Amino acid sequence: MEFFIVSTIKALLVFFVLMTTLAYLQWVERKVIAHIQLRQGPYRVGPHGLLQPLADVIKLITKEGIVPPHVNKFFYFLAPIIAVSMSLIAISVIPFGGEIEVFGITTHMQLTDLNIGLLLVLALASMGTYGIALAGWASNNKYSLLGGLRSSAQMVSYELPLSLAIASPLLLLNTLSLREMVTQQEGFMLGFLPNWTIFQGPAPQLVGMVLFLIAAFAETNRIPFDLPEAETELVAGFHAEYSSMKFAAFFMAEYSNMLTAAAVTTTVFLGGWLPALPGMAGDLIAPAVFATGGAVCLYHGLNPARKRDKYTLPVFALVFFGLAALFLAPPLKDIAMPLFWFGAKTGALLFVFIWIRGTLPRFRYDQLMGFCWKFLFPVAVLHLLATALLVALAG
Amino acid sequence: MLDTVFFYLFTLLTLGGAILTVATRNAVHSALFLITSLLGVAGLYLLLHAEFLFAVQIIVYVGGIMVLFLFVIMLVNLDAAAAQRQFSRMWPVALGCVALVGLELFYFLGKGEPAFRIAAPPPVPEPTAGNTERIADVLFSQYLLPFEIASLLLLVAVIGSVVMAKKRI
Amino acid sequence: MLDSFIPSWAELLRFMPEIILSLVGSLLVMLEPVTGPKSKSMLGHVAIAGLIVALGATFVAHANPGAAFSSMIVVDGFATFFRVIVFTVGILTIFSSYQYLDREGSNRGEYYALILFSVVGQSVMVVANELIMIFIGLEISSIATYVLAGFLRDDKRNNESAIKYFLLGSFATGFLLYGIALIYGATGTTDLGEVRQAVLQSAEPPVLLLSVAAGLMFIGLGFKVSGAPFQMWTPDVYQGAPTPVTAFMSAGPKAAAFAIFLRIFVTVFESVGDRWEPLIWASALASMTIGNFAALQQKNFKRLLAYSSIAHAGYVLVALTARSEIGTASAMFYLAAYALMNMGAFAVIAHVAGKGETTVDVSDFAGLGAKQPVTAALLTIFMLSLIGVPLTGGFFGKFYIFKAALESKLLWLAILGLLNSAVAAYYYLRVLVVMYMEEPSARTENLEPMPMSLQAALWLPAAGVLFLGIFPSAVLEFASASARLLGQ
Repeated sequence: MEFFIVSTIKALLVFFVLMTTLAYLQWVERKVIAHIQLRQGPYRVGPHGLLQPLADVIKLITKEGIVPPHVNKFFYFLAPIIAVSMSLIAISVIPFGGEIEVFGITTHMQLTDLNIGLLLVLALASMGTYGIALAGWASNNKYSLLGGLRSSAQMVSYELPLSLAIASPLLLLNTLSLREMVTQQEGFMLGFLPNWTIFQGPAPQLVGMVLFLIAAFAETNRIPFDLPEAETELVAGFHAEYSSMKFAAFFMAEYSNMLTAAAVTTTVFLGGWLPALPGMAGDLIAPAVFATGGAVCLYHGLNPARKRDKYTLPVFALVFFGLAALFLAPPLKDIAMPLFWFGAKTGALLFVFIWIRGTLPRFRYDQLMGFCWKFLFPVAVLHLLATALLVALAG
Repeated sequence: MLDTVFFYLFTLLTLGGAILTVATRNAVHSALFLITSLLGVAGLYLLLHAEFLFAVQIIVYVGGIMVLFLFVIMLVNLDAAAAQRQFSRMWPVALGCVALVGLELFYFLGKGEPAFRIAAPPPVPEPTAGNTERIADVLFSQYLLPFEIASLLLLVAVIGSVVMAKKRI
Repeated sequence: MLDSFIPSWAELLRFMPEIILSLVGSLLVMLEPVTGPKSKSMLGHVAIAGLIVALGATFVAHANPGAAFSSMIVVDGFATFFRVIVFTVGILTIFSSYQYLDREGSNRGEYYALILFSVVGQSVMVVANELIMIFIGLEISSIATYVLAGFLRDDKRNNESAIKYFLLGSFATGFLLYGIALIYGATGTTDLGEVRQAVLQSAEPPVLLLSVAAGLMFIGLGFKVSGAPFQMWTPDVYQGAPTPVTAFMSAGPKAAAFAIFLRIFVTVFESVGDRWEPLIWASALASMTIGNFAALQQKNFKRLLAYSSIAHAGYVLVALTARSEIGTASAMFYLAAYALMNMGAFAVIAHVAGKGETTVDVSDFAGLGAKQPVTAALLTIFMLSLIGVPLTGGFFGKFYIFKAALESKLLWLAILGLLNSAVAAYYYLRVLVVMYMEEPSARTENLEPMPMSLQAALWLPAAGVLFLGIFPSAVLEFASASARLLGQ
């Protein structure tokens, strides 16, 4: 019974945090892209547009859901459900931290640990394709259909380098369970270099991580591989006929996929929730970061540029200091520290996703396929073979 | 108890999907029902504690092969074909065959479990390792040769499809 | 732990012919893009060299008999016998292909590679000692052959042939798989030796389930050997495919399919033999009758040989019905002789067919005796051997088969088979009559001289057929010895 209660609580918690993260991820993206393009981004709703996601959600929920008359109703409604559910389920096997004890109950900071965790993520990712392909087909619109077709071809093609790239760290880690993967990466080499797969001997997986990230970009339909929705060619591709919550579902699926990709990369290549620095140094980074943030806020609050900054910024400073204190208090530290490291690594990767969106133009379709089959795939095969050879030689 | 419920659920998915695959007119629907059927099989693997097969079944069949099926079906306009009469007049024969197989099946079911096996079931070894590890062990020791030879099969299929389908060789 | 993954040298030696051919096949595919359009025949030479080396390796392997790779394969006399047949068929096919492919303007490396791969598949089938291996070998062989049947992609008949062969062939493979699944379900193993032990040892074998399994496997294999009632694809496929490929299909895959037929039915299902014997009895008779009587009507030479190949499958099935050592041995002997004479006959057709295979009717062969007496004489040898005239391999093949049938008290089958042979004589002799007695046709008037490669494809099987006809004992003794070992 206890198991069910704990699981339910964990699931609710993860769901709530996930939804908030997804909403704010979009805010971050708009902000970062805006700043890359020397714009301000959302600014009107709330301070620095912080309440913009909330406004968006309300807008999407209350909008009229238009169902075009020419669609295949059943699949038209099924498609966004598939897309969003497949991408959300994948989160359940991601470990956010190690074992913790709360109110006398010992549990893992992970919804469930499967012995085929990684394969499940890949399987769900491949199932997610159907959401897009079906949406394109059911919309009965040639742009949508083209988007759906592109997506199915693209996904199938990029799944190969994706799986091959992620197979090589598995040779080092020797497990498919994501939690065990992290525990395999514990420790430090030479006293300072973390024992993550991208550094781990005998075959450091840096190239593998880059390959995986590139393929993950394509799998999540992110620029420069967002051919299925390519606004300039296909209007909006597979979701051209979708509005209101059904559109939001696709939107959520995309961001959730991105989050999963970043989290899996973190877990497999970057040591998951493990700290990047050994001993005290690792423990102090988190409070130091938040304390610095608090100090900056406090400074600006004391020298306000605008009138209201005198009140708002000290409040933020207090929040930051509080967070910093969280990392120092012994019982909370064990929970907060892994979350911090996991969040920091995943966040950095998500920033890369956004950064690249702001930097690169879209591929042409033949370039996309050529790049996958003529470059990414052979390189991934060679990389896997090289890793296997090194692992075998190291015995 | 729960296992039994799931077994029947997955069986229903598998068989129902298979029947509807051949019974529907629309090619896309057929493909989707085939996917349902394959998912049912994946579920049965899971019930047998073959987690690796479960995942591979989904990744390879559902995520790979069937996506390409769907791709081709969407690419080729089959609306005209769907409107045509698709069932030949052979269906009474097919019905006869099915009845025959069904009769046979019930005969064996009536004779009970021993009718289905002539050798004692091989001892199921205690699962010392996970499903993935055990599959790997068997695949790379006892079944090494078929595993390697299968690569030749794939090579032949690749060469064959290029020979048959490439525009200009 | 790691040591168990590394096969021993002896094991590799037993599998060496297949390894060599796979490597040569892959080499051909890699050489194809770097060879000029005029020098594609070089690739054929490489393929022949590979097959000859593999033939040598077969004898080396035969000197080290035994099982290998966790008894996935077994090298015994039976395996060696059929390996030699399929490799020889491969060599002869390539010899008869050079001119044909040049004439059709599609002399490409993939052709030779596919032939090699198909041969590898057949070779795997005949050495396999395990149902999964048999299945994989069968699939390799079949898929390569499907593609070869449609190799001239712009030819409509090629397309028809390939698609028919592919659809029915995959359907048949499905039946075979069901059979394999039932056997695995019943015995918990796919190893032929273990299955046999399980069948023998079980106190009260549930014969019905095994019979269903045997029946399903019979359907699958019946398709592959074109035995009635699963023969209907044969004429269309044989007629449509490029002639050298038709020759290959009628000899190589057929011999390999019969090899597993023998291995499974004579060893594994031996103890339930009285159950499946009537089935094969009926199939043998139907094959012979349908094949021979339909062949009487044929004007197209390829179609005629297709029906004749159904009839010959019937003769081999008679040998199977005998369920004895001598039956197995005579089936092996017959398949060897049949492969040679059929390869030779099709090589002549490939020569006369002309560009686009426009002249493949029997009437197109009129006057061949006057214009190219040597070619006509060789074709005469093959025709006489197909009839079963003494001094040819075909005679002893039929002789031993009917002897085996009589020894197993299959009097009626033997009589009906002999009557069938008499019917068959009519349509084979008609070819000879047309060839020698009639005025030269438009085609034979301008028949180009026969190139060296095609001559090899004619002389070698002719020599083989005569050798089998005059000195049958050496081959037959080898076959009986391996059949005896097989039954144990």
